[in-house]
Amino acid sequence: MTAATSSTLSEAESKAVLARYGIPFPREDLVPDAVAAGAAAERLGFPVVVKLNGDGIAHKTERGLVRLRLTDRAAVEQAASELLAKATPEDGPVEVLVAQMLQGNRELIAGVAQDPQFGPTVVLGVGGVLAEALADVSIRLAPLTASDALEMLDDLRTQALLGPFRGEPAVDRDAVVTVLLALADAAMDPEIRSVDLNPLIVVDGRPVAVDALVELASA
Amino acid sequence: MTRPTAEQFQALFDPRGVVVAGASSHPGKFGFVSLHNVLAGGYEGRVFATNRDGGSILGIPTIPTLAELPDGAADLCMVCTPKGAAADVLRDGASRGVKAFFFTTAGYGESGPEGRRDEEDLVALARELGVLVAGPNGQGLVSTPARLCAQIVGPNPVRGRIGAASQSGNLVSSFMNLASSSGVGISRGISAGNAAMASVVDYVDWFSNDPETSVGLAYLEGVGEDGRGWFERMRSITTRMPVVVYKGGATAGGARAAASHTGSLASDDRVFDGACRQAGVTRAATVEEAFDTAASFATQPLPKGPRVVVVTTAGGWGVVTADAIAGSDLELVALPDDLRRSIDAKLPPRWSRSNPVDLAGAETRDTIPEVLELVAAHPDVDAVILLGVGIQSNQAKINKTGRFYPDHGLERIVDFHERQDARYARTAADVSVSTGKPVLVASELAVADPTNPGPATVRETGRYCYPTPQRAVRAMHHMWRHARRLERG
Repeated sequence: MTAATSSTLSEAESKAVLARYGIPFPREDLVPDAVAAGAAAERLGFPVVVKLNGDGIAHKTERGLVRLRLTDRAAVEQAASELLAKATPEDGPVEVLVAQMLQGNRELIAGVAQDPQFGPTVVLGVGGVLAEALADVSIRLAPLTASDALEMLDDLRTQALLGPFRGEPAVDRDAVVTVLLALADAAMDPEIRSVDLNPLIVVDGRPVAVDALVELASA
Repeated sequence: MTRPTAEQFQALFDPRGVVVAGASSHPGKFGFVSLHNVLAGGYEGRVFATNRDGGSILGIPTIPTLAELPDGAADLCMVCTPKGAAADVLRDGASRGVKAFFFTTAGYGESGPEGRRDEEDLVALARELGVLVAGPNGQGLVSTPARLCAQIVGPNPVRGRIGAASQSGNLVSSFMNLASSSGVGISRGISAGNAAMASVVDYVDWFSNDPETSVGLAYLEGVGEDGRGWFERMRSITTRMPVVVYKGGATAGGARAAASHTGSLASDDRVFDGACRQAGVTRAATVEEAFDTAASFATQPLPKGPRVVVVTTAGGWGVVTADAIAGSDLELVALPDDLRRSIDAKLPPRWSRSNPVDLAGAETRDTIPEVLELVAAHPDVDAVILLGVGIQSNQAKINKTGRFYPDHGLERIVDFHERQDARYARTAADVSVSTGKPVLVASELAVADPTNPGPATVRETGRYCYPTPQRAVRAMHHMWRHARRLERG
């Protein structure tokens, strides 16, 4: 891990670290320029998402560094060129992340946070545009057992969202448990300070993390 | 950090003798009240008191200092001396075999940096002498098996199996007041004060190995810096004994009040909530819920499943109970066919024929006890809630106080009504014992008219009469969660 200049990892590095724990991510490619982005999108299949990736970039959405629902090669190349042009010197070296565009009506958020009294915790919540208003969050201390993780899911108030929903199947509870147990494992790594999976899109009932941010414990 | 020993806790809660240091002849002073409560509470061991000026207080000839205490005659000292005397009290007491000191004295850690240093010195000296300091800045303790009330305030609760430990003296008083009014009593109760050497979790840990205690009831304002240590210990304690926690300071305003009250560090309430769930701690949202739940653990068997049947003599009570069950982890189980047929044989067809079992006023003399037995004994039923106990006696009360009594057959009917309610309450306890299932009786008469033979008999059977059906459901919900957790391991 390269923590020399920043305590947060880039999206691509964050995902690489977390994939080793078993967190599911969409298929994606990290490429240096617009032409390579177009080729990557062809390989992944449309639609795709294009994002600017770099160690210093933590708030992509706020800065307009994410382009969603791109449906052909030309649109991907244009988006990639525009995003690369938006990079500032503070961003350090940047690349373009091309990923499958996932579809799902439901979003969850999950992560790892440090509590000053209780130490590493695992967090699960209802995501999406209403997440802050709902404030439907369940927290446990790492490490977790499978029944702790199931109880976290049971403790969410918005249970109707977890059943069959608008033509989509019920949320696969075991798949959510797998994500929570993976986060709990990551939480026990003394090098990892926090993790944000925001959002996890529920695709065919299974949660997939479309964005990830890992913050390292400062040396 | 070294923890207090079992021997020290034993000295605190089951002392061989008690000495009040700094006893006073003025009935308004803590030094008088402490001695008074120990003596008036009926403590049967030897009682001593120190007073610099000598003389007798409440019939106890005082000694000038603890150095004059007969060796080994008292192993608990209730300290009511001014702060400056603390070191001498500890040294002299320890030299005569005192093992535990309860310091009511204030002006320590809660009062600022200087007080914190004094508290550290007190603890260091106690450790050096090998004795336990409970408190300081606490209101004392009760221990009903030892008939010990060593407190600077009331009440002296009735005996029971709830072990209460609190970061605030007021709240331990609240729990003990509820114990006395409901009849579901306390085994040990202590206000931890500043918890210089022994914290709430230390007391609860000891309760979990105490044969006199079957449930822990704790009030907390914080868990200290080592939340993780608290969590690990609670997780282990709850495998031996259920623990009910009520926590103040859950909001920002409450947290500020708690910080100035006992110097507690507020934790993110959602993290604390998760830690409780994970540790198997039952967290209650109010004083009543905390006591209801502890009283349930103390007096009812654990349910083996979530399936509840509600038995009621009238419709409305059943409806609101069904609503409460819907908002819990419990299940308003569909009435099994064979059970429905068995009840059909006892009642005319206007009863509800579903759960809630609403007898709709169709009952005759033996119906309620018989239906209760059938329901509780059924293998597909895990728990029963009985409503309507006491309504016959409610009418009897009007009959008794009205101007027609005792003529017109009123004396006989009053007697019948009162006997019937007592019988229902007794049957609830009996079928609970014979089936090993919880059978909860709920009626507002528990508080509205505790002398009513319905709730009064519930109390006589050693059970708790829940003041509302919602409170019975909530308590059972907590019992089921605890049982399910033990089952999952």
